Formats: sequence, structure tokens, C-alpha cells
Amino acid sequence: MSMLLEVSGVSVSFDGFKAINNLSFNIGSAELRAIIGPNGAGKTTFMDIVTGKTRPDEGRVIWGEKSVSLLKMSEAQIAQSGVGRKFQKPTVFEDQTVQENLLVALKKPRGWLAVLGYRPTVEDLGRVDALAEEIGLTDQLSRLAGELSHGQKQWLEIGMLLAQEPRLLLVDEPAAGMTVTERQHTTDILVEAAKTRAVVVVEHDMEFVRRLNCKVTVLHEGSVLAEGSLDHVTANQDVIDVYLGR
Amino acid sequence: MQRSFIARNPSVLIFLSLLALFTLVVTVLSEGVGSGLISTSFIKTLGKTLCLCLIAVAMDLIWGFAGILSLGHFAFFGLGGYMIGMWLMYERTRLIVVDSLSQTEIPPTEAEVVDAIGTQIFGVVGSSEFPLIWGFADSLTLQLMLVVLVPGLLALVFGWLAFRSRVTGVYLSILTQAMTLALALYLFQNDSGLRGNNGLSGLQNLPGVTASQDLVSLWFLWASAFALGAGYLLAAWVVSGKFGSVIRGIRDNEARVRFLGYSVEAYKLAIFTLTACIAAIAGALYYPQAGIINPAEIAPIASIYLAVWVAIGGRGRLYGAVIGAAFVSLLSTWFTGGQAPDLPLGFYTVKWVDWWLVLLGLSFVAVTLFAPKGIGGLIDLIAQRASKKETGQ
Amino acid sequence: MRHIYVAIWAFAALLISCVSLSAETADHPAIQPLLQEHQAVIAKSSRKTIGPAIDAIAGSGLPQAQKVLQVWAAKNMWMRKSDGVFFIGEKVEGKTYRLTDFDSGAVVGEFQKGDLKQLKPNSGIRALIGTALVQFQLSDPDPVARADALQSIARDPSADQLTPLRGSIASEADPALKAQKLRLERLLTIRFGASDAERISAIEDMAGDLGVDLRATLNPVLATTREAATTLPSANIAGVLIPGEGISRDEAYALLVANDLAPAQISSDDMRTALAAHIDGGRVADVPVAQLNDPAMRARAYASLAAEGKVPPLVSDADVAASLSAHVFYDRYLDPAAPVTEAAAKALKDIELKVGVNQALDLGLDALSLASIYFLAAIGLAITFGVMGVINMAHGEFIMMGAYTGYVVQQFVPDHTLSIILAIPLAFAVTFAAGVAMERLVIRHLYSRPLETLLATFGISIALQQLAKNIFGTQARPLTAPGWLDGAWVMNDVVSISYIRIAIFVLALIFLCVFLFIMKRTRLGLDTRAVTQNPGMAAQMGINPGRVNMLTFGLGSGIAGIAGVAIGLFAKVTSELGSDYIVQSFMTVVVGGVGNIWGTLAGAAMIGFLQKGIEWMNPSNTLAAQTYMIIFIIIFIQFRPRGIIALKGRAAGD
Repeated sequence: MSMLLEVSGVSVSFDGFKAINNLSFNIGSAELRAIIGPNGAGKTTFMDIVTGKTRPDEGRVIWGEKSVSLLKMSEAQIAQSGVGRKFQKPTVFEDQTVQENLLVALKKPRGWLAVLGYRPTVEDLGRVDALAEEIGLTDQLSRLAGELSHGQKQWLEIGMLLAQEPRLLLVDEPAAGMTVTERQHTTDILVEAAKTRAVVVVEHDMEFVRRLNCKVTVLHEGSVLAEGSLDHVTANQDVIDVYLGR
Repeated sequence: MQRSFIARNPSVLIFLSLLALFTLVVTVLSEGVGSGLISTSFIKTLGKTLCLCLIAVAMDLIWGFAGILSLGHFAFFGLGGYMIGMWLMYERTRLIVVDSLSQTEIPPTEAEVVDAIGTQIFGVVGSSEFPLIWGFADSLTLQLMLVVLVPGLLALVFGWLAFRSRVTGVYLSILTQAMTLALALYLFQNDSGLRGNNGLSGLQNLPGVTASQDLVSLWFLWASAFALGAGYLLAAWVVSGKFGSVIRGIRDNEARVRFLGYSVEAYKLAIFTLTACIAAIAGALYYPQAGIINPAEIAPIASIYLAVWVAIGGRGRLYGAVIGAAFVSLLSTWFTGGQAPDLPLGFYTVKWVDWWLVLLGLSFVAVTLFAPKGIGGLIDLIAQRASKKETGQ
Repeated sequence: MRHIYVAIWAFAALLISCVSLSAETADHPAIQPLLQEHQAVIAKSSRKTIGPAIDAIAGSGLPQAQKVLQVWAAKNMWMRKSDGVFFIGEKVEGKTYRLTDFDSGAVVGEFQKGDLKQLKPNSGIRALIGTALVQFQLSDPDPVARADALQSIARDPSADQLTPLRGSIASEADPALKAQKLRLERLLTIRFGASDAERISAIEDMAGDLGVDLRATLNPVLATTREAATTLPSANIAGVLIPGEGISRDEAYALLVANDLAPAQISSDDMRTALAAHIDGGRVADVPVAQLNDPAMRARAYASLAAEGKVPPLVSDADVAASLSAHVFYDRYLDPAAPVTEAAAKALKDIELKVGVNQALDLGLDALSLASIYFLAAIGLAITFGVMGVINMAHGEFIMMGAYTGYVVQQFVPDHTLSIILAIPLAFAVTFAAGVAMERLVIRHLYSRPLETLLATFGISIALQQLAKNIFGTQARPLTAPGWLDGAWVMNDVVSISYIRIAIFVLALIFLCVFLFIMKRTRLGLDTRAVTQNPGMAAQMGINPGRVNMLTFGLGSGIAGIAGVAIGLFAKVTSELGSDYIVQSFMTVVVGGVGNIWGTLAGAAMIGFLQKGIEWMNPSNTLAAQTYMIIFIIIFIQFRPRGIIALKGRAAGD
């Protein structure tokens, strides 16, 4: 299987504290992966590096079939080349309607001049309707995003990422603060999405990870501690010591 | 689903109609062509106020919509004024000089005319040489282009530097303030080429125009009203579409926009430069009505007042900016002009000339604390109530 | 009127009797014979012949000599026509004069004016007498008179003062005056020394001295005049100038014209006047007047006039070039002695190098004190902006309030030292209270909206400024520094720093220490740091964030108040005092890096030194210096967006 993203030998430190230490990580083009690890294991910093927010001190981040390095690209360029990121807290444009949120996210030319002259076509609006259907917000299209519930905002954000048509989706703790049924729905969205693209989910909640039913990578002190199925890693003594044993 | 832009934004139509009505009424009541109920000096005040409304619209675009609190937009306003002022002053001085030299026995050569103009204009700063920047001052067309190009270029360079290094929020505000301070200090120098603290004067006289000020003031009022209408329309169009979505997104959540793949810096730069150009046009219309421009006009305080107007009017609403600028600047003129009656308190008489700024400052604090949406927010509230009543019935 | 007259009369009589008394007790040889010896010359009173007489009197060594010279110069010396004897004359009334003897001091009697001849030395002679008197003043028993004499020589040096000055050195008792005399002697020798060798050795003696007086002495020695000639004369030439290099062609030609070595060029003004004078029937020569707006036609018309001999011919560029190449241009030293000018030039060059080094030192001190002022102005802001993330646009007005507090205290406590000592804590108290009130009433509600804090505090700022104007008026109020802060610490003629600036530097150091102490060693500091880093956690630990914010804000404001007292000591106290410093203060904090006192220190140092450095490069224009500094800062932010000392990583937030 060809690799979509290859992270190798990456290290980064803040004021002497090593947040990521010689981390290596690969993911294929249509794969669902969960990353777990205790607080401070470097999960969020890992996402920061892939999305270009943080520049590593050393190491390589290679992307796609053409094997381009992401390290020299800006956040916007990385996003345009197909990396979508969902933040821990739901971040949607609360002052705008659900429809506007999704329209902004649609995969269209991103330059300001093109955007200035852009007016949505019938297909675009149809695509937005389809996305709303997928994330279960069809009834809410004309509501302001700020008025949505916490779970609906999370879905809207995921919907915006899907509208972007990314090849890699990085999702940070999507289930935090959700009810059981909302979690079920979130799992469905993610599993469905992973059929056509790579999805990386950072999560604390073991039950949620179990339901995703995918390969798991355990991070600890900025590097990979174990990798494999959930049953495999939970049986690993190291993992039990640093994470599960607590 | 696809309706025309005006149909989707009824407020634009309302605003344009009101503006046209206002212009018509003022014209009818003016000294120049109408009944004379409104004095020429007040026509000028109204014309200047329209220009201030236009720069307030620009400020609302950059602050209310894109969330960048620029404390330097009066630098662009002033530069626009300087650019048109250069032509006005050059051309008017040239006519005077040619007239006076034609009295001499020998007709003047071109070099003599230019020398004489130079002495007239730069005598106050002890020079007679034309600085390089006056190279185009003899051409109205070129100088009109510079009205937009010079401030636009300054905004482009400054914005590129500032946004590229991701200076945001309060830092950016202070940096823009530093920019306008630097420009003001530079222009205060006698060898800045723009007559130091004397500034450019006599701008109210259009060269070669013999019409009275009564009439000229009306022309400028019409031009200002047209510019405000056009600027408003442009601003409304810009923010109505996806571009508006993106810049409001930048205001509310810059990181989200960035991770959606938009180059936040490019958008900021575009809107910063666009608003700088609008501000420059407003300035180019304002100073011929004011008659004089000097570096004190672009001191940091002016730009802060601009933010005050927009905040009081209600930012994020274009009509709010217009209302705020018109309301506060007219009120300011009224109070500081000494027209407001003194307020006797028995033990102390409040002279508004002295106390207006105190009142303005404190009311500004009050607006920030208790009515963050300003006057525009109030109008929204009323409009919402009204529409609710309608649907209720 | 008459009473006064009598009084003066009586006083004069008393004085004279005293003098006569002392003259009698001290039994000196009489001076009258000496005067009689030169009687003819003195009576003739001519500038040309009087020299030997004055020299004889001055050189007589008699104590009466000084008196004689003074009386003479004051036009009070009279000669009795009958015997040609000289006396001190004094008008009694009408035409009656009382004469007093020089030697005995005794009144000889009263005479009619007709019997006497008043000696009226002209200004030339009086100058000679004055010079002769210098040696007496230089040896005057009163040290103040001696110092005055030295000063008057230094102010207006001349060659003939050299000998009396030298003569007075050996007998000088006061060591300070003696040193002054020795120095002055060397300086006078440089300019007026008899031989080149003497002058050169004086120059070498003074080598490396930084005194302004030495430079003022050397510069006239090196004075040059610019001349032109057909061949280079054999004079003390400072340098040969080539037109277009050392001297512009226009200047060179003007020099030729001024020396009548070449005809003057016809300026365009001259040409126009000449043409206007020869208008004949709407034409000049054969050119119609209407065409004279073209320079080429003007030249043609003028050439025609010149050909007719009506106007001087045009000097063409070729003529100018020919004249220039036919002459040499040079700077000639006024002083003909080449070895002296050479030595002086070398000495001056050495001195200038040394002066340069010292000026750099002086500039460094200036920059240091400017940095201290910025640090003082910015430290309060660094606390509120850096530690709490609150932009306080009214910070400048707190500085102003501090300065006005100082002014008000001085109205009640006239003693300046005491009033300053009282003003500092009072200013702190006033601005602390104002700061706390502002935090409680306004800022507390805006913690989540930093941009709006900026605007709200700006509202407070304009209100406070106008309030100050209403209370204190628009004119500047004085805040006078105590006497012991007047003056400056002078290291040499180049390096000096005023005591106020030293005091401000010390105050800045104290503030730094106090701030560090509060932050590192007190409970408030600990709480503040905790609230800064994690307000939620701090609240869980039992710290009241509201109280900490309030106190921190009060502290920052209070420090601004003290800074206001300090700034008011050297700046004018006006309602705009604060706004003059606010932008620089923000710059200091932003450049230094937020949230770190060392950053503020570094920022203040950078901005202070930068501003002085730019001013040094372009000393005539402080406005330009500020402009360039702000531009530099804008560019600096490009490379270090978070300041010199920046917090890194996720803690810095985004």
C-alpha cells in the first residue's frame, strides 16, 4: 500500500522541553487511524507539525504520490493540497449560517480575486445540501452556526472539512462533550469518510476508539510507543504502564 | 435562488435612496442654487461629513468585517488629500504667476514660470526648488491617479510587511498607529517636500474656475455624496458574497480560515489596500472643502477618532459606520464650535467647548461597556421587533 | 541734590586722606620725576609716540604706577600749565578743580580750569594703557580681580598680553589660578609666540587636550582664505583646489570675477533686464518681443545687441572653461609660518579623533538616560499590557497625573527637596487609586475583548486629558527640581551629563529592582504570575483573580505616576505630556517582548540608543530621527514579531 503521509525522525522542543522526540508515523491513502496517549504525549503538536502550524527542529514530513515535503509549505498551501484539520474545540464561523459555513469550505479556487467574483452555482448549492444531509444538519441550513448545539457544531466542522474534499483528515477529540447518540453519529460520519480518504482521529475515550475499529497508534513523550489493533496495544505492557494503568 | 445583489440587500437600496434624498434637499435649500436656508459654510461641513462617512465605511470594512483594528487609516486619507492638494496648489499658483509675469515687458520663459511657482509655494520653507515628488503636479490626470496609487502602495507595502510576519490584534493596531505617526512626523519636516507644518493651503479655490464658492461647495457636496454612494455600494457588494464570508471568518476565527486553505495574509492585504484606497478618495474630496491640509491632520489621534465613530455607530454594519461618523462629527462641530448653549449648574457653568471631549470620552466608555453594537445595533433591534410583529400578525 | 553732592565730597575727602595716609607710611620713590621725564610725549597724547611713556610707567615697578595709569585712562589726569606737573583732577564746582598729588596723595589745592590741561587719551592710547594695566590686574592682591583679568584675556586674546601674563606667573600664589595662567600662557604662545619654534613647542605641549579653548585657539591659526591666481604663489598653501572637485566650477568662476580676473557671466535676470531696456518698436534687435519667451530667441536677441556693442558680450561656457584652466585656485593659510600650521593641523586632527571618541561616550550617556526615561514610561505599561494583556491607552494620562501631582504638591510645599520626596508617594497613591478605579469600573468587564479595552481606555484618555486642560489650563506648569539636581557632572569639555538624568537613571534601576522583588519575592508577585499563566487554575488554588488583577493594574498605574514626577522634572508639565510618551512606550513594550521585564529593559535600551544614534547621524533633524526609528521598528517586528525576548511554543498562544 502506498503511503499518503510519511513522518520520519521529527523532533521539536519548546524552551528545552521536547514535545516531539524522533517521531515517525505513516498512513495510507484510505485508512482510519486512531492516536491515543496521555496528556502531553505530543498529539496536538503532531497535528500542528503536519498542518504547518509548528515547524519541527529536525525530521521530514513527506506527502502524496509526488513525495513533496510539507515543511516548506504554509498552512493554507498544506490545506489546499488536501490536509483537513478539525480542532479540539468546535471552530465554526458562529456569525454565519450553516449554509455560508459550508459554502466557504467548498473546494473552489481560494485566491481572493476569484473569491471576490464568486457567486454560488446551482451545483454548489446542491453539493452543500448533500453535505448537510451527510452530517444531519439539513434542517439547520439557514440558522446561524452560533445557535447550534455543541454536537451540531462538531458535525458542521466535520462537514466543512468534507466540503474541502481533503485526502487526509486530522480530527482532534471529536467526541468530547457529546451524548451517546451523538457519538454514534460521529463514528458513522468518520467511518464513512475513511472509505475514500485517510482519517486520523486523536481521542482519549477508549470506547469511542473501540467503536472506530481501526489501527491504533500510542504516543508517549513525543514518540510512538506502540502500534496495532486496539486489543494488541492494550495488551502491551509499556502501554499499560504509562497510560492505561493509571 | 439566485437573486440580484440589491434585492438580497434591501438596506443598500434604502441607504442610497436616503442619500439621494438628502443631497436633493440640501441642494434645494442651498445658497448656490436654492432658497439659501443652508449657508455655504454649512454645506461645506455637510460635504466634509459625507467624506468622513466614506472613510468610516472603509474603517468598518477593515475593522467591523475583517477584524483588523487599524489606527492608521487617516494616513491614507491625508495622503489622498495631499495628492490632490499638490495639483490644486500648483495649478492655482501657476495661473497667478503667469498672470503677474505677463505684466512684464518681456514674456516669461517656461523656466522662469516654474521658478516663480516654486518660490511662491516653497518660500515659506526657505526653498524655491521643486522636490522630485512634485514631478506630476502639473497634470490633473496623473495626480488624480496618484490619489489612489500612493496611499494604495503605502498600504500594500506596510500591509505586506505586517501581515506576513503575522502581527495581529493589539500589536497590529499599535503598528498602524506607529505608521501614521511616522508619516506625520516626516511631513512635519520642512524638507519633506510638502511644505512642512504649513501644509498645503488655498485648496478651496479651483484653478481656472470663476464660479462662486456657493456653487463650488455644492459641486463638492454632490461629488462627496456620489463617492459615498459608490463606496457604500462597493463595500456592500464586497462583504455580501463569499469574500465577505472569508473576511468575517478571519475576524472570528483566523486559524479555521487558514486551515480551510485560504491564504489569510493575502485576504488581509487585499482588504487593507482596498480600504486604504477608499480612504484616500475620501481624503481627496475632503481637503478641497476644508481648504487646507497639514501634517497635524494625520496625527494618530485622528485615526483613533475614526475608530470611535465606527464603534459608536456600530461596527459590522455599513450603515452603522455612516451613522456614527455623521452623528459624532456633526455633534463635535456643534459642541466645539461654541454653538451649544452653556449649561449652568448654579455653582459652576459647564462650557461645552471645554467639556465636550470629557463627555465624548466617557460616552465612548459607556458605549463600549453597555452597547458594544453601537447605534447600528439599536436599529437592528428595532427592525427585528418590527419584523416579529409583522410575522406575529 | 546738594546733600548728595556734599556726601560724595566728604567721602572723596575721606578716601583721599586714607590714601595719603598709606602713601605717607609707605615710603616709596616718587613717580612724578618719571612722568616729568616723558612730560612732552604724555602731553602730546599721540598714539604713535606714547608707547615708551606707558612702558616706562608700567615698567617702573612703583606701586603708584597702576593708579597713574587708571587715572590717565579714565581721563582724570590733569597737567598744571604753569610747571607741567601731573595731578589727579577732580571737579569741585563750576570751573574749579581740586588737584591731588600722585605720590603723597595730598590735596595740592583748587585751581581754575584755565590754569590746567586735561589729558584726554584717545581710544588707541586707552587700549595701550589697558594692556599695560593687565599686568597689574594679573598681580592684583584680590584673587577675584586676577581671575577676572584672566577671563578677559581668554575672551579677547592679543599678542601684547603675553609678556605681562608670563611676568605674573612666578608670583602667583593661588595654585588654581596659577594653573589657569600657565594654560593661558601656552594658548597665547600658540597664537602669538615670538618664534615658530616657541609656538610649535606650545602646540606640542598641549597635544591631546580636549579643552574647547585649545580648539578655539588652534582654529584661527589654521584659518585659510580662498584665492585664485595665474600661478601658485610661494605662500603657506593649505591646499590646491581643482574646479569641479574641491571647489565647484561656479564658485571658482565667481572667485575669478570677484578678483577681477574674469568678466562676470550674464545671468538670465541680467539678460532680461538688458533686453527690456532695448525694446524698440515691439522688437529687440530683430526679434519680436512676443517670441522672447523662448530662451533660444532671447540668446539670439542678446547676441545681436552685444554685436552692436549695446550690452556687454555674453560669457560663453567655453570662455568660462578657458578662464578656469588659466588660473589656479588654492586655500592659503593666513598664518605664514608653514611649520606652525602643520603642527597645528596635526594637533587638531589628533584632538578631533579624541573628541570623536569622547563624543561617542557622551552620546552613549545620552542614550542611556533616554533609555531610562523610556523604561520608566514603559514599565507600568509592561505590567498592564504584558502581564495582564490589557492595553491601557490612558497610561500616558497616568504619567501626566503623576506630573501634575508633583506640581500641586509644590504649590503647598515650597521646599523643592521635601516636595519631591512627598510627591513621589503621593503620585503613586493618586494614580494607584485611579488605576484601581478604572480596572474595577471598566477593564474588568472587557477582559475577553482586548481591542475594545483599547478603545474604552482611549475614551478615558481623552476625557482625562481634557479634564486636566480644564483644571490646569493649557499653558505648561513648572515642576522644579531641587537645587542639588541642578547642574551637570562634567568629565571634560565634551562629556557631561546632567544630575537630573543621573537621578532618572538611578530611579529606573530602583524600579527594576522593586519590580523584580515584587514579582519574585512577594505573595502578590506569585499570585500575579499564577493568574497570568493559568487564571482558571489559580482561581482553583484559592487565588482571587479579580483582586490580583486589580492590584496589578494599580501597581502598573502607580509606577506610571512616579514616572510622571520624574519626567515632569525635565519636561514641561502639560495635559499632553502623556501622549508624547505613549507611542514610544508601546514601542518599547512591543519591541522588548511582552510579559517580561527584561524585554522591556532591552526594548527601552534599543529604542533609546537607536534614537540617539540616528540623531547623531543626522543631528539637525530630530523629527527625521523619530521617523526613521519608527520605520526601523516596523521592520524589526518583521524579524522578531514577538519582540527581543519572546515566549516560545504553545505557551505563547496564538
